Amino acid sequence: MINLLICFSSQTFDKILIANRGEIALHLPQHTIIYTHINTIHDEAVCVGSAPTSKSYLNMDAIMDAIRVTGAQAVHPGYGFLSENKDFAKRLAAEGVTFIGPDTHAILAMGDKIESKLIAKAAKVNTIPGFDGVVKTAEEAVKIAQDIGYPVMIKASAGGGGKGMRIAWNDEETREGFRFSSQEAESSFGDDRLLIEKYIDNPRHIEIQVLADKHGNALWLNERECSIQRRNQKVVEEAPSTFLDQDTRQAMGEQAVQLAKAVQYSSAGTVEFLVDSKKNFYFLEMNTRLQVEHPITECITGLDLVEQMIRVAKGYRLQHKQEDIPINGWAIESRIYAEDPYKSFGLPSIGRLSEYQEPLNLKNVSVRVDSGIEEGSDISIYYDPMISKLVTYGATRGEALARMEDALDNYVIRGVTHNISLLREIITHPRFISGDISTNFLPEVYPDGFKGHQLEAGKRRELLASAAALYVTVQLRSQKVLSPTPVERSHWELCVQLGEGCYAVEVVKSGNVYNVEVDGGTVEVSGQWNLASPLLPLSINGTQRMLQVNANTYTHNLGFFGVLSKLAAQLNSYMPEKVPEDTSSILRSPMPGTVVAMSVKPGDTVAEGQEICVIEAMKMQNSLTAVKQAKVKSVQCKPGETVGEGDLLVELE
Amino acid sequence: MAAFSVARRSRGLINGLKVSFRSSGQLKHGAVAAPLLQTSLHRDSRWYSAGHLSVKERIEAKRRAALAGGGQARIDAQHKRGKLTARERIDLLLDTDSFVETDMFVEHRCSDFGMEQDKNKVTHLPEVIFYFFNIIFCLCLFCFSQDFTVFGGSLSGAHAQKICKIMDQAMKVGAPVIGLNDSGGARIQEGVESLAGYADIFLRNVMASGVIPQISLIMGPCAGGAVYSPALTDFTFMVKDTSYLFITGPDVVKSVTNEDVTQEELGGAKTHTSVSGVAHHAFENDVDALLNLREFFTFLPLSNQDPAPIRECHDPSDRLVRSLETIVPLESTKAYDMLEIIKAIVDEKDFFEIMPNYAKNIVVGFARMNGRTVGIVGNQPKVASDEYVVLTPPPPFCCLDINSSVKGARFVRFCDAFNIPIITFVDVPGFLPGTAQEYGGIIRHGAKLLFAFAEATVPKITIITRKAYGGAYDVMSSKHLRGDVNYAWPTAEVAVMGAKGAVQIIFRGKDNQAEAEAEYVEKFANPFPAAVRGFVDDIIEPSTTRKLICSNLEVLARKKQVNPWKKHANIPL
Repeated sequence: MINLLICFSSQTFDKILIANRGEIALHLPQHTIIYTHINTIHDEAVCVGSAPTSKSYLNMDAIMDAIRVTGAQAVHPGYGFLSENKDFAKRLAAEGVTFIGPDTHAILAMGDKIESKLIAKAAKVNTIPGFDGVVKTAEEAVKIAQDIGYPVMIKASAGGGGKGMRIAWNDEETREGFRFSSQEAESSFGDDRLLIEKYIDNPRHIEIQVLADKHGNALWLNERECSIQRRNQKVVEEAPSTFLDQDTRQAMGEQAVQLAKAVQYSSAGTVEFLVDSKKNFYFLEMNTRLQVEHPITECITGLDLVEQMIRVAKGYRLQHKQEDIPINGWAIESRIYAEDPYKSFGLPSIGRLSEYQEPLNLKNVSVRVDSGIEEGSDISIYYDPMISKLVTYGATRGEALARMEDALDNYVIRGVTHNISLLREIITHPRFISGDISTNFLPEVYPDGFKGHQLEAGKRRELLASAAALYVTVQLRSQKVLSPTPVERSHWELCVQLGEGCYAVEVVKSGNVYNVEVDGGTVEVSGQWNLASPLLPLSINGTQRMLQVNANTYTHNLGFFGVLSKLAAQLNSYMPEKVPEDTSSILRSPMPGTVVAMSVKPGDTVAEGQEICVIEAMKMQNSLTAVKQAKVKSVQCKPGETVGEGDLLVELE
Repeated sequence: MAAFSVARRSRGLINGLKVSFRSSGQLKHGAVAAPLLQTSLHRDSRWYSAGHLSVKERIEAKRRAALAGGGQARIDAQHKRGKLTARERIDLLLDTDSFVETDMFVEHRCSDFGMEQDKNKVTHLPEVIFYFFNIIFCLCLFCFSQDFTVFGGSLSGAHAQKICKIMDQAMKVGAPVIGLNDSGGARIQEGVESLAGYADIFLRNVMASGVIPQISLIMGPCAGGAVYSPALTDFTFMVKDTSYLFITGPDVVKSVTNEDVTQEELGGAKTHTSVSGVAHHAFENDVDALLNLREFFTFLPLSNQDPAPIRECHDPSDRLVRSLETIVPLESTKAYDMLEIIKAIVDEKDFFEIMPNYAKNIVVGFARMNGRTVGIVGNQPKVASDEYVVLTPPPPFCCLDINSSVKGARFVRFCDAFNIPIITFVDVPGFLPGTAQEYGGIIRHGAKLLFAFAEATVPKITIITRKAYGGAYDVMSSKHLRGDVNYAWPTAEVAVMGAKGAVQIIFRGKDNQAEAEAEYVEKFANPFPAAVRGFVDDIIEPSTTRKLICSNLEVLARKKQVNPWKKHANIPL
């Protein structure tokens, strides 16, 4: 099913340069890849500069040099940055190098959000009501928003996806959104134009994959459901959608193809729609590039999109007809991000991947992991925080979801905070399973933010029992030193701390089975106890479960897994609580990033909720505000400075 | 009340009998004595005369009194301070029911200054608890625990005698001694007897040094002469916020030097683990400290006659560590974290760092390789030497300085004394220049590290990860100092100094400095000059480091090397 490696023959190109972080490159062996200092090196590599994005991938001169040096005949632009950049495509054309993607005029037409809507309208594609024009000042933005009627959405014209996109419900938010979006547009795209349009409340984001050749043929390769988003960036995608019936699918597909033909599109592209609860759909935009989530379409259609793009670029006709495009089975993609899901469903985190293990053991059962990183890689503040995309496939949706659950449980990432816990919650949530989702899924399901998995009693028992059994295993192992008389104990009374609670646990070991009396029930735990592995497969009451163990806390940390002997737990109650820092009068950076703006100086008085400074990390700008009214005592950073998570920014009095 | 009455009954034989008689006859000394007497009258026929306690009863009563320590009020006060009692600490430290207590009956012998009569003081109770033949994870050790609830844990002659006794026993059988210190200092009332007690302990500390591991855990005040016992032991651990070590307290400091300083600033855990280097580790609280001490103990051999312990290991010895291939940055001036290398290589990422907050430019600590305890020494490129922290521009990375040399030297000597193989990770651009260092005696302090590595006869494996420049190359367990296996990573640079400095000297006054520098880099900024001379045994792929160290240690376990006979060496102290 999953056939990724592309066969290169003389029919296509000898050498393709891939200007990307490397995920795509993993599937294209023996070709030249651009890399920056930050990323890993593949094959023949060309360095295009140090990390900040405007200096590296966006540095077209360096990339053009790289093409000359390597003698590449074609360039695959990857997913972002250059993939939809008209100037880049033009310059390639001037050098006689093939751009693996659509022609410049299509990029131009579709890259411009305003023009694209006009074209779409002309091509009889449903478009969003209240559509308007380019915006130059905040006041103009407010006026336009008022004309359309709130809520409105503000975003950078040049940016794809959710980048720089903000929703405003009133004039004030419009001004703020305008300021942020234009700044972001400037910093990421070097183009500060904006777009304001009617915001459809509670919509689904469903997109159609199209594929067109240079001979006027175009296909629609079914839809992808991308409604699960946070801050307008996709988190979980699936194909097909549970929501669409065949008629709607066909109608959307045909409109997508009409649009592609209207701009003489060639190569792979994506037409994004918003779909409301009555299955009305509206054209959102067209992405003239390969998208991150393309593998799920590959899974259900059996087509290799990268291969198709290369064929099309070389001038071949499409190999398939519309009736050849099937929906076989179901595919889910989870985006594994280096971010902390407990903060606004994901604020960037950085670090070095001290341990990284993809769920390889499951790969033979339709699990695919595309990543551009490996153990030892640095996750820096300069790029998208995506670690990888994890795709599972199954004959049914249930099978694909079960595999996803397994794969997430088996995914080992240490050294950076990641969002696997959130992903697992999403794909096992009853609303998700029933298909009752919208782009507001996360804020609706977790109105107070994501707090981690809430254990019900049975699961909690299992967890407590596993922790106790693991503790005992570690204790017993400590005896296995060159010791004359190891005493084989078989009974322990322990206390397991979980969250705020402390649970009394009794463990009885018989052979290799631990019977754990906990929380009013007995749990039987057994397994192969490999204390060196981050993955601990256990049989708990006869059910196979995969536990992740953070090896860094094995020792030298009080309360290994929060397990203490009964005595230690008793005595622990005498230990004084350490006085925590008063956090209301200091502002620390919630994430690593760069200080973009500092709005206060010492001596200023700030009101509650007033912006103090703006931190940019991984291309997102985050405004930090005061939690109370206070006078600014000191400012510990200045714009342009790089700060780490937890660094002191501003002290209040 | 109860404790008091029992105590008074238990003085010397004649006196005790008299008192017991009186107290039991009048039945006014509390609930403990009365029911004890009644029930035992029926049970036990071995009593001397009507109204007298039988010996067995007296033993029972006395044990009970001893277990009560300084009484409930004092125990509560101890808990209120966030401290555990001597017995609770022992219970937590040792395996359940594994200990044998001795000298429960020893009492102090002083009757001056009202020590006899003072009813506010609980007299004649064991004031130090010590356990004979105790067990942690089935390993035996000796341990004493000072009881702050009895005379503030102050050291009497009898108190010292008990400590000396277990140290003698420990030496006899060759097992470690752990001291849990919580003492107000010398028992002033006893005068010279208390001082003599200290000296007796010091002598035993010195005699035991290098024979059995000695560990001090400071869990309360430890002031005056008392500090020298922990100072003589191999490791001194402290508990944050509740333990202090100083020669003279804040009051005396104020009167002598007119400095205002708090106990915590003067001798708290933070001071000693980050500024003075007196203590090797600080823990959050008593429970944390004791549980960590249990873990720490599993790294140590019982004595210098035992090999480094080997624990069951689940981490494959031939595991390839791919993340190491990219850890050393391409730019040779860029920092990286040596701890990451260490944790990635050792068993299960389990590294017990010694002195993590002092002289951070060198990392030392214990870990295991394929189950066997090893000592790890590594330069830390992430951290500039303490002295440089305040200076701008940023300093050369991880130079050896006075503090790091002394820290490293002491650790290496411990490992050597107790048969623990030493693995050294080298990335050092040299010794730290400057007047502060020269005036401070970097020459003789640096010599300590050199001395320690050179005299060590345990297996020594060295990995040069990046820079090994100048004298620091020699010092860091080089081949020339009897390194058994010396490896270089492809990123290694072994040279007399960095390219810039070298070119300035060799080509002084010439114009083509840049060209010369490039030539120098080409020639020396790589592992080949050392490899062609056999000064490194191999240039290895970083990912294979763990595998190679494990297999080398297996072979080197058979290593036997003896230094020439001497009374003792004369390390440049």
